[in-house]
Amino acid sequence: MHKGNRAGGDRVTDQPKPLEREPSEAELRWERATLRPSLEKSPERQSSFTSLSGVPIERLYTPADLAGFDYARDLGDPGAYPFTRGIHRTMYRGRTWTMRQFAGFATPEDTNQRLHYLLEQGQTGLSIAFDLPTLMGYDSDHLLAEGEVGKCGVAVSSLADMETLLAGLPLEQVTTSMTINSPAAIIWAMYLVVAEKNGADWKKISGTTQNDILKEYIAQKEYIFPPRPSMRLVVDTLTFGAREVPRWNPISISGYHIREAGSTAVQELAFTLRDGIEYAEWVVRAGMDVDDFAPRLSFFFNAHNDLFEEIAKYRAARRIWARVMRERFGPQNPRSWLCRFHAQTAGCSLTAQQPYNNVVRTTIQALAAVLGGTQSLHTNSLDEAWALPTEQAVTLALRTQQVLAHESGVVNTVDPLAGSYFVEKLTLQTERACYDYFDKIDALGGMVAAIERGYPQKEIHDAAYAYQRAIERKEKIIVGVNDYVSEAKHPIEILVIDEDVARPQRQKLAALRRRRDNARVLSTLEALARAASSDQNLMPFILQGVRAYATVGEMCDVLRKAFGTYEEPAFR
Amino acid sequence: MRERRIRVIVAKPGLDGHDRGAKIIARALRDGGMEVIYTGLRQTPEAIVTAALQEDVDAIGISILSGAHNTIVPRIAELMHAQGLDDMLLLVGGIIPDEDIPGLKKAGVSEVFQPGASTQEIVDYIRAHVKRHRQ
Repeated sequence: MHKGNRAGGDRVTDQPKPLEREPSEAELRWERATLRPSLEKSPERQSSFTSLSGVPIERLYTPADLAGFDYARDLGDPGAYPFTRGIHRTMYRGRTWTMRQFAGFATPEDTNQRLHYLLEQGQTGLSIAFDLPTLMGYDSDHLLAEGEVGKCGVAVSSLADMETLLAGLPLEQVTTSMTINSPAAIIWAMYLVVAEKNGADWKKISGTTQNDILKEYIAQKEYIFPPRPSMRLVVDTLTFGAREVPRWNPISISGYHIREAGSTAVQELAFTLRDGIEYAEWVVRAGMDVDDFAPRLSFFFNAHNDLFEEIAKYRAARRIWARVMRERFGPQNPRSWLCRFHAQTAGCSLTAQQPYNNVVRTTIQALAAVLGGTQSLHTNSLDEAWALPTEQAVTLALRTQQVLAHESGVVNTVDPLAGSYFVEKLTLQTERACYDYFDKIDALGGMVAAIERGYPQKEIHDAAYAYQRAIERKEKIIVGVNDYVSEAKHPIEILVIDEDVARPQRQKLAALRRRRDNARVLSTLEALARAASSDQNLMPFILQGVRAYATVGEMCDVLRKAFGTYEEPAFR
Repeated sequence: MRERRIRVIVAKPGLDGHDRGAKIIARALRDGGMEVIYTGLRQTPEAIVTAALQEDVDAIGISILSGAHNTIVPRIAELMHAQGLDDMLLLVGGIIPDEDIPGLKKAGVSEVFQPGASTQEIVDYIRAHVKRHRQ
């Protein structure tokens, strides 16, 4: 341990920190006199220890690990630059995080009922999942939608579906998050038109559209158009939002899916923040002042099993983002420095075997997110390795958050792990590794260029493969999967989506296509096509289409024709 | 004469983009000495079976996590049968509930690998069963 020299010069003046160091005299003495005899008698279980992501973890961390550590520079007070300790002065003493369970399945009627149920159970924000056809810009009656309607989320093809989905929900009071990316502008426009029809003021409503297309190419793979026109759509929504819907978060820059695709914690952080930089660069290039949009940028991270690695990741995220924004973009408004984020426990960590163990995993992961200072949280349900969650399972997941908030005591003080030799060192190491990735991606010409070359995709695949090998070699133990296996089945109730969900959706859509003013639909689609081949902001044109009840599929077809579609680089 | 290497096509039908599993399987089969063709995302049943025929593979591996397996997989099996590919293995991996397995096997699926299956298990299965099929 403690080998090697300090790596070369630091690139920014306010982050000089020695990460590797020589042991002190006192430590050497302790190792010789006390540790060695004890190790000879009872050796450690393994020759080396690593985090879940494979980062080496030392036996012991001491004040010497934090030599040169400076409270004001490295931590700062809560709510103050560089925000390592949290974005608010009082954190959860003022207000606990928003409990936001992601929900969506089958028809808009079914999901509307689930959303009302969750609010009745004390959930404080809404989060909507859409089905695969909607995510891919196809209507429920498209050939490629066969077998997929309502399966992984709710089916929304037109404004009529959105009206049903949001019926009876207090849109000025609740904040709504929508996981939608390639067709984000269209789904957001539908939400805005429903709000408008209900008399809710666009200046007052708040919520989030995920709208993070870069991570689709990197990890989640629900892309439609090539990266560059997709970036134009993102820029259009960000500039429109800044003007018209100022409390909306028009993008949630997401590491969640990157981690689910198998990345390490550092890759998740680095690719996500670098995506954030990419968006900011594009919007600034489009002529916007950084302070007009940066305060509305929000992030979304995964919460995996390794408690301290995750906590370090969130703390590093805030510090890196604050520095990056200040140094690369020079905003005047301090809110432009804030890394505000949502967290979701790791779906990929859940096991189909012994599903009740998932409740325990989710609790640890949720604790990590809370100790890391998240603004909102989704906890997965125990049955999600099998299916979308039942009402009973999702209630238990929500209760897990409520127990953490009201019974565990971890909310009583701000950033309780600050000053821990281990946590601070891990935070520094995470930060350094993240800057190394920034350098590589900058050298490739930025994130869009890196994606076009398949760079982040390959890095993630290599990490995913290494993780799978480690499990198969039992270097990492997953309880109930590669150890502590039991033959006994643990039957749990599984939510089954009716194969027939597509039928009512198709019928409603057919009726809509007869009922609406099709001449008006056609003229809005033609206007959208013309706008797409100009450099006008597309949001007003999409809103016109939505108001005329043009469908997601119809509008995406117009854009497919204008922009083309994307195929990813071949996987070898 | 040198023995021909086992050829496998790994395919992801449907709209889902979760390709972590498919890519890990593709790489593990390659590491296990097989020739692997990965189709990429969103292949139709027709495209998968056509590719299998043209590439003269010994097995088709379908990765599916979206719940659309009961629609998509029987369609692939039908097309294979129509093309006379009855000695080709059809394997399915992904989130497949226990109660759907008998129906899929009846439709022509040789084996279903559920969450937690190891890549070694899949390599071994293919080696053991391809041999039998080709004899």
